[in-house]
Amino acid sequence: MPVNATLATYSDWTYGAAVAIYFFAAVLYLCEAAFARPEKAKERELVAAGGIQLGGTDAAGTWTPGLVVKPELSRAERLGRMGVALTVLGVVVQVASLVLRGLATERAPWGNMYEYGSLLTLAGVVTWLVLSRTFPVRRLGGFVLVPVVILMFLGGTVLYADAAPVQPALQSYWLVVHVSVISVSTGILLVPGVASVLYLLKSSGHARFRKFPDAEVLDRLAYRSTVFAFPLFTIGIICGAIWAEAAWGRFWGWDPKETVAFVSWVVYAAYLHARATAGWRGRPAAWINSLGFALTVFNLFFINLVTTGLHSYAGVG
Amino acid sequence: MSVLLAFLRNTWRGLTAMRTALTLLFLLALGAMPGALLPQRSLNALKVDEYIANNGWWGRFLDDLQFFDVYASVWFSAVYVLLFVSLVGCLLPRTWDYFKQMRAKPVLTPRNLARMPHHATADTTAGPQAVIEHAERRLKGWRLVTGEERNGARTVSAERGFLRETGNLVFHFSLLGLLIAFALGKMFGYEGQVIVQANGGQFCNSGVYNYDTFRPGLRVDGTRLNQFCVKIDDFNATFLHNGQAESFRADIQYQSGADLETGSWRPYPLEVNSPLRTAGDRLYLLGHGYTPLFTVTFPNGEIRTGTTQWRPVNQVTLASEGATKFDPPDVPDAEQRRKSQLAITGLLAPTAVFRGELLDSAFPAANDPAVAIDVYRGDLGTDSGRGQSIFSIDQKMVQDGKLAKVARQNLKQGEQLTLDDGTVIRFDGVRDWVSLQVSHDPTQMWVLVFSVLVILGLGVSLSIKRRRVWVRATPQEDGRTVVEVGGLARTDQAGYGEEFTALSRDLLAHKEES
Repeated sequence: MPVNATLATYSDWTYGAAVAIYFFAAVLYLCEAAFARPEKAKERELVAAGGIQLGGTDAAGTWTPGLVVKPELSRAERLGRMGVALTVLGVVVQVASLVLRGLATERAPWGNMYEYGSLLTLAGVVTWLVLSRTFPVRRLGGFVLVPVVILMFLGGTVLYADAAPVQPALQSYWLVVHVSVISVSTGILLVPGVASVLYLLKSSGHARFRKFPDAEVLDRLAYRSTVFAFPLFTIGIICGAIWAEAAWGRFWGWDPKETVAFVSWVVYAAYLHARATAGWRGRPAAWINSLGFALTVFNLFFINLVTTGLHSYAGVG
Repeated sequence: MSVLLAFLRNTWRGLTAMRTALTLLFLLALGAMPGALLPQRSLNALKVDEYIANNGWWGRFLDDLQFFDVYASVWFSAVYVLLFVSLVGCLLPRTWDYFKQMRAKPVLTPRNLARMPHHATADTTAGPQAVIEHAERRLKGWRLVTGEERNGARTVSAERGFLRETGNLVFHFSLLGLLIAFALGKMFGYEGQVIVQANGGQFCNSGVYNYDTFRPGLRVDGTRLNQFCVKIDDFNATFLHNGQAESFRADIQYQSGADLETGSWRPYPLEVNSPLRTAGDRLYLLGHGYTPLFTVTFPNGEIRTGTTQWRPVNQVTLASEGATKFDPPDVPDAEQRRKSQLAITGLLAPTAVFRGELLDSAFPAANDPAVAIDVYRGDLGTDSGRGQSIFSIDQKMVQDGKLAKVARQNLKQGEQLTLDDGTVIRFDGVRDWVSLQVSHDPTQMWVLVFSVLVILGLGVSLSIKRRRVWVRATPQEDGRTVVEVGGLARTDQAGYGEEFTALSRDLLAHKEES
């Protein structure tokens, strides 16, 4: 299987471009957050509550023209919109990078840690874009994009692997299913992870965080995205077990990666239970969700790079 | 007696409380972690020994606490058993409630709908009857009950999303089933590994003694294995330029069931990711390596060939080490024979590269095989009663002076060396061997079934909301009707907002019809 070097080079360029675009988008979001007035979110909610109550989950301003359309956009608003536009552009460029990798190597473009990280961050950014249409959290985009930029930077430098075919153990259609599902669900879990950390900051009551959206909005955002990602993560683990049965002779063997995936699964299960248990809602649940994400990051880096197990496909020399 | 009952009751209540379940979940997560951070016997016993040796009392302490067998340890088992007892204690009453709820009617419309989390109101010229009929049509598919209040107001109470609890119960019961199936598989399953030479080597799953290593489940005594035989005709590996493996394939033939009687063989291309499934067992291609072929011509003219597999010490270049051992021919006296055994040990490089005299392997394929060997003569200690590795000689025999090094040389394919007594050793190249694993797990199908149910139950229980909506149509003095709509999601408010908005819009929209 030859590798198309031209396409691989274009893939690398677009990857770099995506990192740069996300970086500038993050700067714009952070500027928006800096210029925004803290009362703004409240105004919107009051307006929404006046008519038919819309449940608070929608962005009233975009849905019902006439409610809060101001004659000219504030500086913060303009920066935020530019941020969104740049993020969308970044997504398009990053998708191009992955597609080019796939074409260059003629396989699914998630065969090593670099590619895995790219798919993961892409899923996180897309999830954020989708959710920020429903939840009034756009100005927090920087807090999602900063970890994304860091992950992508590490991926592109420390973890970078040349475009190449994968080893025999990975030559299976389960690579397409298992790795993509796990990577996408982990990427989605980045969003509730960030939202939970922000929730903890906001609910600490510190004046510095007064510009953040309501804690309740962050909590719902975290819950909605976790509820979506958790079954996906479950499917990913089970697909992994089915593949392991064919590739390694057993469906579950407590390989380090399997173990930490199991542990984070249990932690997210605990989050879902905690959120339905009196006395555990709010901050304890947010702590659990943050812990869950910390574990997935630990699983990504520590288990692949430090311990040795069957999942050592990092391609890092 | 009553004290005991009270104690038991309180213990049970404590154990089945959600708080306890959450704590146990955390303990389970915490307890599983050492298995990822410390070497485990089930994965790599050598690494465990090494760790204990390197860490002194700390290693022995961890060993005493079963930290190298985490998933079989008393404390880990205790946590998950308690967790599942707690789960059962939670599930039984919920199942009971569930069946009661199947017939339950939606609750009466609360007096003040404005206090519901979701609320809307409007007035209309239509009469209460028309409003209610319209609501019933709109709420098709909901569990409905209509009512009339003292002041002439008409109400509808509606609820839907009962599948949520169905999914919830399916999920949790499937977890229980999964654990039981997993445990049964561990009890009645087995796993065995064996190395077979690739040019016609055979293996039969007829007894434990055919295996190099065999790991039985608790209830497996090694008799009554599923009968089948395999024959390795050929092995092919291809590599990229950088030495990364591109494909492994062993062309095998197998016989099981009736074929064993008739002696007919069926071909199968055994590859990574594509095990042979036969006779209820699975056969995997786990790895491969090289067997150096040595021809020894003894001083009396007798010729012996050695075909012992050597094991790779570098997984990338497949540089291998091992020991090929010979008994001298035509020496009837056991004592005499023991003194003149021969062993060839050293390094095998499938693609030789010499750095000065030092041999190393440059590539995993057998392009230009060479060996760097030490030849020992004397007592190998094979009848000493002590077990010894087939990959090495017993260093104790060397220390005791019973085994002496008589030659050291690099040999390329076809080259030979002559020992002081006239024995000639020729290196004839290499042959592939494959390492195979046979796995038997009678319940893994059930694990899969329960896993699928886990996903289905989880998906249903997390995507469906149990939610209620109430409509009250109150006639006014001026002949108009005030319509109020209230909504409540019973488990989580997230996401009910949009549905309620659409619902209330429809429920209030009929107003100008009549």
